[in-house]
Amino acid sequence: MHIEQAHKTIFRRPESLAETVTHYCPGCTHGIIHRLVAESLDELGLRERAVGVAPVGCSVLIYNYFNCDFLEAPHGRAPALATGFKRIRPDMIVFTYQGDGDLASIGMGEIVHAANRGEKITVVFVNNAIYGMTGGQMAPTTLAGQITSTCPHGRDTSVTGYPVRMSELLATLVTPGYIERVSVHSPMHIIRAKKAVRRAFEYQTSGTCFSLVEVLSTCPTNWGLTPTEATKWLEKNMFSYYPLGCFKQPDSAGVR
Amino acid sequence: MARILMKGNEAIAEAAIRAGATNYFCYPITPQTEVAEYLARRMPEVGGVFLQAESEIAVGNMLFGAASTGRRVFTSSSSPGISLMQEAISYIAGAQLPCVMLNIMRGGPGLGGILPAQSDYFQATKGGGHGDYRVLCLAPSSIQEAVDLTMSAFRLAEKYRNPVMIVGDGMIGQMMEPVEFPDTFDAGDPTANEAWAATGARGRKPRIIKSLFLDPLKLEENSLTLHRKYEQMKAEEVRFERYKINPKNELLIVSYGTMARICQTAIDELEREGVSVGLFRPISLFPYPEKELREEVDAKNIESILVIEMSCGQMVEDVERVVQGVKPVRFFGRTGGIVPSPEEAKEQIKNLLKKSARAKVGRTTGSVSKRARKG
Ligand SMILES: Cc1ncc(C[n+]2csc(CCOP(=O)(O)OP(=O)(O)O)c2C)c(N)n1
Ligand code: SF4
Repeated sequence: MHIEQAHKTIFRRPESLAETVTHYCPGCTHGIIHRLVAESLDELGLRERAVGVAPVGCSVLIYNYFNCDFLEAPHGRAPALATGFKRIRPDMIVFTYQGDGDLASIGMGEIVHAANRGEKITVVFVNNAIYGMTGGQMAPTTLAGQITSTCPHGRDTSVTGYPVRMSELLATLVTPGYIERVSVHSPMHIIRAKKAVRRAFEYQTSGTCFSLVEVLSTCPTNWGLTPTEATKWLEKNMFSYYPLGCFKQPDSAGVR
Repeated sequence: MARILMKGNEAIAEAAIRAGATNYFCYPITPQTEVAEYLARRMPEVGGVFLQAESEIAVGNMLFGAASTGRRVFTSSSSPGISLMQEAISYIAGAQLPCVMLNIMRGGPGLGGILPAQSDYFQATKGGGHGDYRVLCLAPSSIQEAVDLTMSAFRLAEKYRNPVMIVGDGMIGQMMEPVEFPDTFDAGDPTANEAWAATGARGRKPRIIKSLFLDPLKLEENSLTLHRKYEQMKAEEVRFERYKINPKNELLIVSYGTMARICQTAIDELEREGVSVGLFRPISLFPYPEKELREEVDAKNIESILVIEMSCGQMVEDVERVVQGVKPVRFFGRTGGIVPSPEEAKEQIKNLLKKSARAKVGRTTGSVSKRARKG
């Protein structure tokens, strides 16, 4: 065996990721999701014509971690910025990266309408069932009975309604789109999540449709768990309410 | 080019296209919806982008994203809609992006009414959104002027990389007048913006268009950069008109937009009756023509200043700021969508002249007239 072959690089930082340290808490899966987006951009050769739209939330500084152009949106409005940009520059690849507070609460209107118009953008939607950045308040995705700083006795659905299933909700729209829910709490799931993220970008590159990948993610800090406990908590509590799978793909779209 | 008869809203829409703003985002609201309707037809003809959004919140943010491409972008709305865009305006100003917005004002607060008013002056000139920022604000008083100002607004927006707002009112939007578009218009080089726009990090470092600066020193630096731009606007972009001002005038009227136009008619009629009054009309509401107005106020014969607005008194505060108490500032206003007639303006002027002839003393600052309060 040649020495060169022995030293072949098989794993490296994607070019689309900047060489920097992130501010995320230990065990937080935001970092993994960043990597999946970056790998997809690299593999599809999109970095140089990509523009990301940053949310308000823990990933507000995402533009420091990527090696492509970025805009920073007001809380929840990333799909509107992405729409404005993409309508003028359909040749560019536009993606938003949004938390559940950002996308499902204050930005509910923007995401529903961007999806319904069939904007050719890619949305990476990180669902950790809580507001991370502001210190663990209830999100629209917080599970029934889940304790947060603004529902200290557990989410009472008679007062706050039930957690919103965004993928299912958006999948009811007639407009063709690609919507899949994945998780990144285990290596096997990370590999599946990667496929979904890549597929989402492919649908944009081919000009096919709006694409959204909902990623179940952990927030060890605000869940009050260790990183390992957090992954177990996700699997035990989130899977039953937020089933994984593809909810909509362009070929299956049609007037119901 | 020949003069053509056009409705204000449509003329402004056409002006935006001719200025190279072929990207328009909107949401319907009276009394400016014809801008959207006109552009829905016209934009496809020029290969432009027309998009009706789900709300003005989305419109403002689409404009934000669209402006990030470096291309010319435009929106129009009326008072409650502009309120919803304030979030985006603050972000666009913070991120230093150019865009042009038209506010065809209607009566407020709240849902108010759909008739002309000038009661968004504070919002347009003093911020509206959060943070240390200003919007360059231009107020036409005829359709021709609305066309001309709209066309220059895009260049101003790009010169300063700042939002520019045209404020008209329902009257400017709805009436028809002959207008002329310039035969040739140099819309400038739209690729010039590629020095800062998000165009893809090909062979260069990534660009970030943002308004977040967690380091207070960096945020202060950004705010000071903005502040310097506003100071430069004050030095370079002041616009105003003097109408029939002469050294013998005892009364100076200050009014803008549609209201100023009505005052001009009143002044013309008074002139025929042998009464001479002058009008100072700010065209740029920010930057406000402070120095120029003060010169007129300081004229020897001027005894008092009468501010006339279609509001309960908003610009009057800027006039008082300029006058600094050296002479009495009086105010007359109608609001709620009521457009005072020239007769009503004349009556106010005459009463004031009579009063000051009777007692050339006192420094009573006016308030909304009793009639206006009843109205
Ligand atoms: C208009 C507005 N309201 C509220 C906030 C405060 N805020 C910042 S982040 C955040 C919640 C973000 O939660 P999420 O989107 O779930 O992202 P995470 O932090 O969990 O990743 C809120 C409410 C804000 N920045 N702007
Ligand atoms: S607060 Fe939660 S979501 Fe935010 S970085 Fe920490 S672990 Fe991640």
